[in-house]
Amino acid sequence: MSAPLLSARGLKLAFGGVKAADGIDLDVMPGEFLAIIGPNGAGKTTFINMTTGYLKPQGGRIEFAGEPILGLSPRAIVRRGIGRSFQLPQLFTEHTVIENAALALAAHAGIWSPFVPLLRPGYRAAAERLLDRFGIAHLTETRADALNEGARKLADIAMAVALEPRLLLMDEPTSGVAATEKMQVVETLVRVLRAEGVTAVFVEHDMEVVARFADRVAVWSQGRIAALGPPEQVLNDPAVLRDVIGIAGHA
Amino acid sequence: MIAEGLIALVGAGVLLAVAIAVPWLKFVLTIALAKGIAVLGILLLLRAGQVSFGHAMFLATGAYTVAFLAPAMPEALLLIPLGGLFAGLLGLLVGLFVVRYRDIFFGMLNLAISMVLYSLLEKLYHLTKGTDGIRVARATYAGFDLPRETQEWLMFAIALGLAALFGTLVAAYLRSPMGRALAGIKTRETRLEFLGVSARRVLLFAYVASAVMGGIAGTLVALTTRHVTPLLGYWTSSGELVFIAILGGAGSAVGAFLGAVAFELVRVYAAASVADAWQMILGGVLLLVILFAPGGLWGILAGRLKVRA
Ligand SMILES: Nc1ncnc2c1ncn2[C@@H]1O[C@H](COP(=O)(O)OP(=O)(O)OP(=O)(O)O)[C@@H](O)[C@H]1O
Ligand SMILES: [Mg+2]
Repeated sequence: MSAPLLSARGLKLAFGGVKAADGIDLDVMPGEFLAIIGPNGAGKTTFINMTTGYLKPQGGRIEFAGEPILGLSPRAIVRRGIGRSFQLPQLFTEHTVIENAALALAAHAGIWSPFVPLLRPGYRAAAERLLDRFGIAHLTETRADALNEGARKLADIAMAVALEPRLLLMDEPTSGVAATEKMQVVETLVRVLRAEGVTAVFVEHDMEVVARFADRVAVWSQGRIAALGPPEQVLNDPAVLRDVIGIAGHA
Repeated sequence: MIAEGLIALVGAGVLLAVAIAVPWLKFVLTIALAKGIAVLGILLLLRAGQVSFGHAMFLATGAYTVAFLAPAMPEALLLIPLGGLFAGLLGLLVGLFVVRYRDIFFGMLNLAISMVLYSLLEKLYHLTKGTDGIRVARATYAGFDLPRETQEWLMFAIALGLAALFGTLVAAYLRSPMGRALAGIKTRETRLEFLGVSARRVLLFAYVASAVMGGIAGTLVALTTRHVTPLLGYWTSSGELVFIAILGGAGSAVGAFLGAVAFELVRVYAAASVADAWQMILGGVLLLVILFAPGGLWGILAGRLKVRA
């Protein structure tokens, strides 16, 4: 068996009395798609925040590709190859979609050139290609704050993918996306990530999406992992059905 | 971009024509161009959503560089870049500290630091002659000691040339990855960090650039007025730069100069006709701009000419 790409051990973090992480142990294997499910407030986003350096756990350790990353800044962690997208998409709202994408590409290639245009032909073409792969090439000139939720999520993820991460953490990529476009959004996403060979962890409330696209499912509950395994096993576990899916289904 | 350059070119032509037609306005326009260069710096920081209420400190740095060095080394063509250099160094020092803060804290820290510099200029009498200020020694230009009229024309030409240079550089910078990242600080600073980019470093570059431009502006003011006082670095002078930036409109580098020329002309004419009320007139104008033309004079002009800002 190959070594895990991401390995978390004993992560702990409490906010006042709330245990947002209460001993999280998790290995993410290279190439897999791991879904995180669980009720609101279970600590799913907190796990992503700790892994990306945004929050510092009070205990435990995290290794990425065999090296400890705890204590590194979000910037340093991004540069090591962990990308993330956000529960609430974090786009540059006053920039157009293509500028958002191009800025991500520029950030990856080296942003420190003050006098050549961002949208020079090379970057423009690369940004268009990127957006095209996500199926939003027709929106290049739209300002980011005018996008619908589906496109917003895809643009947000496209920006993370522009950095060519080895591991991508996605926080609820489909929340807020209209039911009619949800499956299409996920399909697009999965196609791109598989093609890139990106390992993905995604928080998801929609069990249909989880069942269809996840290789493994981790069930979060009150800062702990209550169950972990392939979707057909986890999603049929009576305890999970009762404690998690009953609630999460309505979230 | 091309339309913007065209407007700038026409604007420069108009200024030149006015300076020829009304010779005494040459002085006013030179000062306006100098201030416009400083306002370019304010404009950069506005792009990041930050307002500095202390940028006159860089203007004063440039001006006092000229006043201190001119007796020993009167060459204007060296004094101008030296003023920019010293202001830039001060900008780096102050910038390393203030780019950690945002919004009201950023604005007030700039103000506070500029007040420290102001009181140094005022209190260190044996160096600065306090509030009396320093009379600037006569400068040479490429070694030539020119008659007064020629010197005035030359200063006007230098100011115009530097305005064009920095205007062009700023316009290019705002379109570059760094400039677009700078604008990203205003809307989504966290995303910048998650792109692996240090927002502080992005802001620091803009801050130092703004300090250099402030310093250059200060040298032009000193060489033109031939007299520097601590008032150049007082908080009202800083406020004036912000005022001009908003009046001119933050949408384009051209706006900085539109605002500065309008400001200086209103000041001169209003002060002559209604001596006590010109601040009131300026205040009224600013109010109207904020309420009815948030894009400033540039916004109005660009709207008329259908230029994409
Ligand atoms: N920065 C913070 N400060 C204080 N409390 C926090 C912070 N972040 C999270 N929490 C708390 O920690 C708990 C876990 O939050 P988290 O956002 O990780 O949940 P989640 O599983 O992502 O929920 P949701 O499905 O609603 O997004 C919640 O009780 C939340 O209020
Ligand atoms: Mg969450």
